[in-house]
Amino acid sequence: MKLENTLHFSIQALFGYPARTLLVLLAMAMGVASVMVLTSLGEGARLYINREFTSLGTNILIVLPGRSETTGGPPPLLGQTPRDLTLEDALSLKKSPFVAKVAPIVIGSAPVSWRQKDREVTILGTTADMFDIRQLTMGQGAFLPPGDPSSGSGIAVIGYKIKKELFGNQSALGEWIRIQDWRFRVIGVLAKKGQSLGMDMSDLVIIPVASAQSLFNTEALFRIMIQAKNRNAISTAKDAILRIIQDRHDGEDDITVITQDAILSTFDRIFTALTFTIAGIAAVSLGVAGILIMNVMLISVSQRKSEIGLLKALGAGYSQILQVFLAEAAILSMTGALLGLVLAFLGTYIIARLFPYFPVHIPPWSVAASVLTAQVTGLIFGVLPARRAAAMDPVSALSRR
Amino acid sequence: MIRLSHIDRVFFVGEEQVHALADVSLEISAGEYVAVMGPSGSGKSTLLNILGLLDRPTKGLYQLENDPISALSNEQQAQVRLNKIGFVFQFFHLIPRLTAAENVELPLILAGIDPGQRKPRVRQALESLGLSDRARHRPDQLSGGQRQRVAIARATIMRPSLILADEPTGNLDRTSGNEVIQILEDLNRSGISLIVVTHDPALGERAKRNIVMTDGQILSDRQQAP
Repeated sequence: MKLENTLHFSIQALFGYPARTLLVLLAMAMGVASVMVLTSLGEGARLYINREFTSLGTNILIVLPGRSETTGGPPPLLGQTPRDLTLEDALSLKKSPFVAKVAPIVIGSAPVSWRQKDREVTILGTTADMFDIRQLTMGQGAFLPPGDPSSGSGIAVIGYKIKKELFGNQSALGEWIRIQDWRFRVIGVLAKKGQSLGMDMSDLVIIPVASAQSLFNTEALFRIMIQAKNRNAISTAKDAILRIIQDRHDGEDDITVITQDAILSTFDRIFTALTFTIAGIAAVSLGVAGILIMNVMLISVSQRKSEIGLLKALGAGYSQILQVFLAEAAILSMTGALLGLVLAFLGTYIIARLFPYFPVHIPPWSVAASVLTAQVTGLIFGVLPARRAAAMDPVSALSRR
Repeated sequence: MIRLSHIDRVFFVGEEQVHALADVSLEISAGEYVAVMGPSGSGKSTLLNILGLLDRPTKGLYQLENDPISALSNEQQAQVRLNKIGFVFQFFHLIPRLTAAENVELPLILAGIDPGQRKPRVRQALESLGLSDRARHRPDQLSGGQRQRVAIARATIMRPSLILADEPTGNLDRTSGNEVIQILEDLNRSGISLIVVTHDPALGERAKRNIVMTDGQILSDRQQAP
């Protein structure tokens, strides 16, 4: 019996029982599609985080007060009281040739009011360098002017959302707002920009760092954001920063420098692992589909007993009958997998339309892996029914109608 | 052509041994027309199954065209069924989803014959049985007599030397039954050995040789007067 004849015979058999065939195809298609859609979501989450980090700026290093052993972890809670980072610490970092920009950050929350309107807002004290480091864009007016960071002045740049809430459609430029008991003149409004890494740049007020220090009555910086000269300078810059601060802190190595790359690669690893985990979970549904194929094939074998008996009487050998039933299982799982591909691309297309900012795309490996797994499970679970059919005793198979 | 020597076939029903065939010896020459009769449970179907290589004897020797059949592997026996034996069943055993022509074509496909050669052979076989206009019909669109004729076309498409018919008219009315028997007898006249298992004494009378079985043994074996 030639291969094309076996396939033809099997296809005819599958068309002979359309409801059963459709159900199995559906199960297989759902299994394959769920693997691919879920991995595309995992992959999307990874790309999303990646993009968020890039929007943070490029070649960024972050200096935190306190020493922590693991990169990207939180500063230690117990043990030591770290020495505060000061504005002088931050400015001294500019000495390093590998450091391009330095933006000290003081952060706090304070009531902001304009005329009768009043609300609690996150206040970010920083310098002009912040503009380039975070790659901000202005909607109106200008950002904080460069100048001596250690002298404060009563000027503020407000986020897009704050502007809308306090001023509505009126112009905010040149207006005086009150932060706690201090008066600040609005010199700029940030352009509308989405969230980045949990920090909503539209929902804050930026003032000079020295003003923020007075406002919150603190010398300590929350952290320092640094932009290295270029990508290759990142690790040298890190060493330079550690050395400079160590010198200033009486030889005490009491800061943590996080590089953007380190955080990025950590997240990357986490999300890749997550994607594989989801894929593994979804693969269970492929296994279930395989078992369903086995069930349906077993039912098929017992329903087609007399057909099998007949084939044997006509001279079909063990291997021929085995091939016919294996071919059926293979066709079922292959067609199901192809249907699943279509479903998956349709599904991700819909997701992409519903959530345009979320990057969904099916990673090629998941296409290959799910189709292959579908094939393999289909064949593995097809073997048992096929062997049962091939080993059937023709006399008893023919004895009943 | 066929030689059975001391064939036993034992089944186990629970703990009990049932001798479906007990020490059966039989010789059938090429081109013979034999009717096997007897009450149900007499072993005549078991005899037919063993002759058709669907069943293996528990003991004894079966020679078909001087080849010791019992020594062959399952796959080899399948080849013998394919090339030398044609079956005609009481319930026709046509595959319902296939057309008459496709049912007839099956043995050719199993034998791996090229499509170019298959089509004319199928057409010819259907034509000789008066089924040309039914080639594209499925079994449920055919009458009982037509179904059995399709089954006979299928049984003869490989030009076997032996046709085994198990109650070939058992499911047919008298007219189409007669038709079917006519066809089988025509085939026999062309040189194919024909063995028919039947309950019907009238049918048995038509055969040139009558074998009557009871309790797994041959009770009588006589030639009809010519």
